[in-house]
Amino acid sequence: MNMTAAEPGQRIGRIVHRTACALIFTFLMAPILVIVPLSFNAEPYFTFTEGMLRLDPDAWSLRWYRQILGDDAWRRAFANSLFIGVASTALATVLGTLAALGLSSPDMPARRLAMGLMISPMVTPLIISATGMFFFYSTLGLSQTHAGLILAHAALGTPFVVITVTAALSAFDTNLTRAAASLGAGPLQIFRRVQLPLIAPGVVSGALFAFATSFDEVVVVLFMAGEDQRTLPRQMWGGIREQISPAILAVATFLIVFAVLLLLTVDGLRRRAAAAGGR
Amino acid sequence: MTRPARRAAALTLPLVAFTGVTFVIPLATMLVRSVHDPVVADALPDTLDRLRGWDGQSDPGEAAYAAAARELLRAREERTLGRVASRMNRVRSGLRSVVVRSARRLQDFPDGPWRAVMLDIDDDWGDPATWRAIRTAGDRFTARHYLNAADLQRLSDGSIARQPPDQRIYLPLLWRTLTVSLGITGLCLALGYPIAYLIAHAPPGRAGFLLGLVLLPFWTSLLVRTTSWIVLLQTQGVVNDLLVAVGLVADDGRIALVYNMTGTVVAMTHVLLPFMVLPVYSIMRAIPPQQMRAAASLGAGFPRAFLRVYWPQTLSGVGAGSLLVFILAIGYYITPALVGGQSGQLISNFIAYHMQTSLNWGLAGALGGILLACVAVLYLLFDRVGGLERMRLR
Amino acid sequence: MTPIPNVVGHRAVLEGDRVRIGWTPADSRVLDADRGRAVTPTGGPSAAAVRVAALTAALACGCAPPPSGSLTVVSLGGSYGQALVKGYLEPFTAETGVEIRLDDYNGGLAQVRAQVETGNVHWDVVDFETADAVSGCDEGLLEPIDPALLAPGPDGVPAEDDFLPGTLLECSVGTLFYSTIYAYNAERLTGGKPATLEDFFDLERFPGRRGLRRVPFANLEFALIADGVPLDEVYATLDTPAGIDRAFRKLDTIKDQVVWYDAGAQPPQMLADGEVVMSTAFNGRIFNAQNLENQPFVIVWDGQLLDVSQLAIVAGTPDIEAALDLVRFASTAASMAAVSRHIAYSPTRRSGAPLVSTHAETGVDMDPHMPAHPENTRRALQNDWAWWSDNRDDMNERFSAWLAR
Repeated sequence: MNMTAAEPGQRIGRIVHRTACALIFTFLMAPILVIVPLSFNAEPYFTFTEGMLRLDPDAWSLRWYRQILGDDAWRRAFANSLFIGVASTALATVLGTLAALGLSSPDMPARRLAMGLMISPMVTPLIISATGMFFFYSTLGLSQTHAGLILAHAALGTPFVVITVTAALSAFDTNLTRAAASLGAGPLQIFRRVQLPLIAPGVVSGALFAFATSFDEVVVVLFMAGEDQRTLPRQMWGGIREQISPAILAVATFLIVFAVLLLLTVDGLRRRAAAAGGR
Repeated sequence: MTRPARRAAALTLPLVAFTGVTFVIPLATMLVRSVHDPVVADALPDTLDRLRGWDGQSDPGEAAYAAAARELLRAREERTLGRVASRMNRVRSGLRSVVVRSARRLQDFPDGPWRAVMLDIDDDWGDPATWRAIRTAGDRFTARHYLNAADLQRLSDGSIARQPPDQRIYLPLLWRTLTVSLGITGLCLALGYPIAYLIAHAPPGRAGFLLGLVLLPFWTSLLVRTTSWIVLLQTQGVVNDLLVAVGLVADDGRIALVYNMTGTVVAMTHVLLPFMVLPVYSIMRAIPPQQMRAAASLGAGFPRAFLRVYWPQTLSGVGAGSLLVFILAIGYYITPALVGGQSGQLISNFIAYHMQTSLNWGLAGALGGILLACVAVLYLLFDRVGGLERMRLR
Repeated sequence: MTPIPNVVGHRAVLEGDRVRIGWTPADSRVLDADRGRAVTPTGGPSAAAVRVAALTAALACGCAPPPSGSLTVVSLGGSYGQALVKGYLEPFTAETGVEIRLDDYNGGLAQVRAQVETGNVHWDVVDFETADAVSGCDEGLLEPIDPALLAPGPDGVPAEDDFLPGTLLECSVGTLFYSTIYAYNAERLTGGKPATLEDFFDLERFPGRRGLRRVPFANLEFALIADGVPLDEVYATLDTPAGIDRAFRKLDTIKDQVVWYDAGAQPPQMLADGEVVMSTAFNGRIFNAQNLENQPFVIVWDGQLLDVSQLAIVAGTPDIEAALDLVRFASTAASMAAVSRHIAYSPTRRSGAPLVSTHAETGVDMDPHMPAHPENTRRALQNDWAWWSDNRDDMNERFSAWLAR
């Protein structure tokens, strides 16, 4: 915006705005920036020691990284998170993509109601979902099983897939399917050859959202997981609540790196989708 | 239904069925629990039968004592005594130990007369209030938990009254949850609007970078962010260190910023800020920059042009973002649980408490039902302002 | 049942070859589970000898121990959990091959109640506070444990006589004495040294936040003691509505300054971080922070609340034999003594007391740090678990309503 012709009051306003934004961005990033260096703390507490501030090499160490890498519990938790995350994502992606195809059809009956139902796991407070699931899955014998957690996490992940794929489909030119149909392609062929390649970035980013949801979810896990299903967030929860140790800062740093990778992937996908959809 | 309509419905059917079974039915069972509890009714059918015609004041009679003795013993053998006793205790405190102790002692008495035996074991059996409590606890369907969640109680004459002042906690809690969520929404708006504006009007390269700064916390594990707020805000934490270093605060006068409401508000504002920035930003991007220039050229100063021309156009984004933040805030559990201490707890934390610690599942269900109703109303509003249509995840 | 001397000098105890489990006729199962189970204090070189002894015994009775699965053991985590691992969980696995999954909880009966009620029992052996073990037993949540199944003391003294009075209960075995005390960080606390429970409640002389456990237990007692109630009248006072009001009124005086904790591992952390200036805590946690991390913490023993840690088996556990094996293993004097080399909690068996020695890592003499040491018990209160068992649910409810205000 060009406002250079403005009087001094406006320039001051602009400086104030910029300063405020700088502070707000600091607020946004501070938690992430502070945790990474603290994970190299040589002491077992959550504060910067004087040695760390003096950059004394002895005050910095890989102690906590060694500890989590050498700890079976963290390794098992990571494996559980990965397994439950991948399985629930696969389930959520297939169901969510199919449903989004249906929802995007102009002929879909009761669309609002169906959409509301499908989105409900996303807006319902997790504590309520977890409570209900705990009782119901217990009666089915699914509490304390991987299967139960996979189903629960898939249910929580589907709204994200529905939303991203619906968005991708809304940018989709329906003339393409009509053209394909007029050339004699069956519905399955149209989906595979025409629709899927174009909405693929939407599907993948929905899947990433679903995965991130499962990978970060702790409330349902708290209610439904036994010792064999402990996930990474559950282990971290224990770390913060029950037995406090900076080892969780090392895990946190790993999760931050993971978040950066996720962010870059989703961003890349969005760009590709934007380029493909011509938006 | 037309063929394409059937096809579309068939595509959505698997997910509708899946969400129905894995999510909606579980919620429904939780809500049923808030009004339905068969534990006592199933364990003491005969006793309750005997009490059906009882006037509630006189002695319930030998038959009732005999039935109770037999059924309490059976409950002990079947290991359901604990849950039976805990239900009764919720109607009348102190009854748990009476019931559990009596069942244990009853083993030593092969024969009646049961009235004498039970009075011998515990005087409380001679108090009609004990039997009234059993009768109340034996109702399969009850509004008790919802009354309790509204700080009300049913008196023995059937009328409804407020709880004694020191036990009125849930209405203030609901009020606290709503006001704190509103405050957090306001903070998110105050912090989110300026940066959304900055990003929306920055050159593309820088906008992408700044947007990345908003999105990184969004993608970072919630537990990681919450942990870092503990690290930042604790008494010997980074923020207090800085305040001491610049001399704003004395070293022995460090401020308590975490494990109280301050911690909850700060951490939740941080966690929810991206949910405000994103919808507001996407609305702002759609506003043609020429408008403000036109307003300026017509002689409107920036504040006036902003208020008259710009702000009204962003209102739908502000509305969607605010509702989203508010919906998420009132149901938040993890962050208050970890950084809220006692004073920073919200309604979700009490649901968790009654689920996991007091095991008052009916009350947990009732509080959950109330929270769910709030969310449902807000969600309908959210859908009304078109938030759902425009929701784009990134 | 005669104790036989072990070649390596540790005691190994061989038991009869048939064991009865259960005491009511309907419940009794005769198991030939016991093929000469041997018990060893700390593993190490003696473990091999014991295994040989066990094998011989097994061959002698013509039945090999079945390959066992795993047990989920639940305790209060942190350095205490580690002490149990070193003290008897690892040796138990080494000897029996039964894998132990150790899970943490924060005390209380709620989780076991919920597991039994929803039919999701996934804990096998749980380390309870006494009042919880008593209520759990009354409610049928725990398996009764016949004292005759426990390893006898030296010279064949029956377990019942070897355990100190009040430590063996119907469904649980008391294995360790521990105490709730309060401690402060000597480097952070200025203006004198707190010495009594009154000082804990004295915000004027000792300003700063206090750490208290988010349960009524111990807090009510401490409040009354600090309010001037003599030790021997604490529970009598609590037994009256006025006494309970009095305790809450005293707690009211510091409520604004309290940081509530759930896990036993938190107080040392909060004291070290300066989040609080004083905190109640389990004495062993503070000892370990002093001893292993050189934290400048000081324990105030005045008004300490003694309790016994009770091992119990959750009713409906799929592998009751393995669970009983573990309880038996953990409740030998040698196992108790082994735990007491890692944390300052002392054995509940008469025969265990003389075995208390030095800390396994630092070599510090453990005896003066034990809650039952005469120096520390000059003003000690014994937890009245019967009162708590009867009143805990009502106290919890009142406490949580009080907290929420």
